[in-house]
Amino acid sequence: MSSAAVGDLVAQPYKYGFVTDIETEKIAKGLSEDVVRLISAKKEEPAFLLDFRLRAYRQWLQMQEPDWAALGYPAIDYQDIVYYAAPKQQAKKVSLDEVDPKLLETFDKLGIPLSEQKRLSNVAVDAVFDSVSIATTFKEQLAEHGVIFCSISEAVKEHADLIERYLGTVVPSNDNYFAALNSAVFSDGSFVFIPKGVECPMELSTYFRINSGDTGQFERTLIVAEEAASVSYLEGCTAPMFDTNQLHAAVVELVALDDASIKYSTVQNWYAGDQNGVGGIYNFVTKRGQCRGDRSKISWTQVETGSAITWKYPSCVLQGADSVGEFYSVALTNNRQQADTGTKMIHVGARTRSTIVSKGISAGHSVNSYRGLVQIGPKARGAKNYSQCDSMLIGDQAGANTYPYIRSQQSDAVVEHEASTCRMSEDQLFYLQSRGIPFEEAVSMMVSGFCRDVFNQLPMEFAAEADKLLALKLEGSVG
Amino acid sequence: MIRPYAPVLLEIRDLHAAVDGQPILKGVNLTIRGGEIHAVMGRNGSGKSTLSKVLAGHPAYSVTAGSVQYQGEDLLALEPEQRARAGLFLGFQYPVEIPGVSNLEFLRVATNGRRAQRGEEELDTFAFEDLVRERLALVQMDPAFLDRSVNEGFSGGEKKRNEILQMALLEPLVAILDETDSGLDIDALRIVAAGVNHLAGPDNATLLITHYQRLLDLIKPDYVHVMAAGRILRSGAADLALELERTGYDWVDQELARLGLAEQPALAEVP
Repeated sequence: MSSAAVGDLVAQPYKYGFVTDIETEKIAKGLSEDVVRLISAKKEEPAFLLDFRLRAYRQWLQMQEPDWAALGYPAIDYQDIVYYAAPKQQAKKVSLDEVDPKLLETFDKLGIPLSEQKRLSNVAVDAVFDSVSIATTFKEQLAEHGVIFCSISEAVKEHADLIERYLGTVVPSNDNYFAALNSAVFSDGSFVFIPKGVECPMELSTYFRINSGDTGQFERTLIVAEEAASVSYLEGCTAPMFDTNQLHAAVVELVALDDASIKYSTVQNWYAGDQNGVGGIYNFVTKRGQCRGDRSKISWTQVETGSAITWKYPSCVLQGADSVGEFYSVALTNNRQQADTGTKMIHVGARTRSTIVSKGISAGHSVNSYRGLVQIGPKARGAKNYSQCDSMLIGDQAGANTYPYIRSQQSDAVVEHEASTCRMSEDQLFYLQSRGIPFEEAVSMMVSGFCRDVFNQLPMEFAAEADKLLALKLEGSVG
Repeated sequence: MIRPYAPVLLEIRDLHAAVDGQPILKGVNLTIRGGEIHAVMGRNGSGKSTLSKVLAGHPAYSVTAGSVQYQGEDLLALEPEQRARAGLFLGFQYPVEIPGVSNLEFLRVATNGRRAQRGEEELDTFAFEDLVRERLALVQMDPAFLDRSVNEGFSGGEKKRNEILQMALLEPLVAILDETDSGLDIDALRIVAAGVNHLAGPDNATLLITHYQRLLDLIKPDYVHVMAAGRILRSGAADLALELERTGYDWVDQELARLGLAEQPALAEVP
């Protein structure tokens, strides 16, 4: 197959690009203190949360949008965004039967059936549509184990004490520009609470869907694992194709107490824009986990394939002694996509350990940067880090950068960093083809081989899917 | 083994091919029948390796004129993977490394593709392990190679043995071995040659591309062809190779001058 013929195949149509035609309640565009109050009022929030939002809003007004990332995009007009949009339906859903069938149908189409007959048997799902959660499955079954899994709006009402105790304690509202914005206007997201000693009996998963064209999505997720508790959580994301850009500025906070473990996986497939870079989601996200307890563990696994721009650094603050942080990432960019992603491992406690495995794949005219910080504090005696950052270039127009930052204030810490860059070459593909392996399969074989270390970390149900997703995204991008 | 009435497997007629717009092959004619072993010799830049790549369908080479019939069908109309599944095999001069792709899995997928083409059932991982272990013995390869990535970190000799292992699994009808002898020590050369001889049968054919007589001491060709300036200048029996060994290629220049042809400057060898 010649390069020209290959070029013609570029970009498999985005499968999730449809818009659900549903009546939506939206507030007017723009951001002000009144808008923040309005969002809080619509969600019937307690006073502490309104205060939290207002404080964040005032901080945000004082902050500057950062520009240090290796990203290029036109200035965002924050007054041209709708900060709250919700499908019109009864305020309180007692059962799934009361959820608008159109919404259920939407999630069916996305491969996330919610109805009792069709839903996945071993995964509990919270489905978020624009600014609100529309349904959470297996809530009662989980409650029997003491596990709380619900939308954050619901948690604010029913578990206000937990929200007040933990919200904003890992990512303070003034942490950064986008975290402050999120803290002011966050709409919905998931709340997970695993009580002491409980191993969550099933995978938990939140599926985020943006539907409106002019709405920003500001999701907020909080996961707390008490002493010796453990949970595996996965988020998935898609959005329709619009020729405008939508802002998605999420905040995710994880808290692990003594001996607790949280595994957080992401398969991000927001609309990435078209071949020329028109449209797509700006995915500006703050994700951070705090290993508060001794011997606790937080593991991030991400497969980032969508979004016009991805800007996120899922991080671990390793506070407890002997705590462990992990970051496994595959970031794939094609066409005009840009990604600046990586992690921060902040070693505070003694003998803390972290592992970073990052695989960047850049095709088309895209730019893919790894940016990571490994920081060893003065009390982190015997801390260890191992980082591995590999980049694969496909074609000759794509770019890959690696920005590793290492700061150590501990002389006996061990910090290792390995990096490599390779190019998927015509000769490698020809070699596989000359053994009877079709072109597309050859590409997919090489990409999944490259990403194997990361895919192995994904929950079983999603590993195969991630593999397929990458193959689909790359279809025809090799020349 | 020459059998005049054996079916024709490969028929190359007036083949012209270019890379980056530069003509390399300028009218190659060659007929290969079942059971035959052919050797193509020639200096660097004579077009030997290009011929093998064009036959296998490398995308960098474009055919500008001529035809290739494979078992009576138009070979050039097929994608590289279709050619492979139909039984055409190219043993590479420089097998590439493919990090992350397990050698075992690669061999299994390739073998099953060929089996499917022949109407045979797919081998599951267990059945395939049995088969691959049996074929490994042929090239005296350590099974540990199966667990590594394709060719990654293999020595030159190991890569070539991995090529012959693939050939043993794919059971091709026409095997083109591009300078399989280059970079091999004498022991590795013997192993590779023994493998090729073992696989050669009355119904398949082998096309050896080589510089050196030492390979032809171990694999006896039925025909020897000398390539120069993108075409086959002379063909003969096995003794032609011995003659070349004695006299060198000086006569080629005289012959080319007589024909009013010039040889391309040798292309840089890419390791």
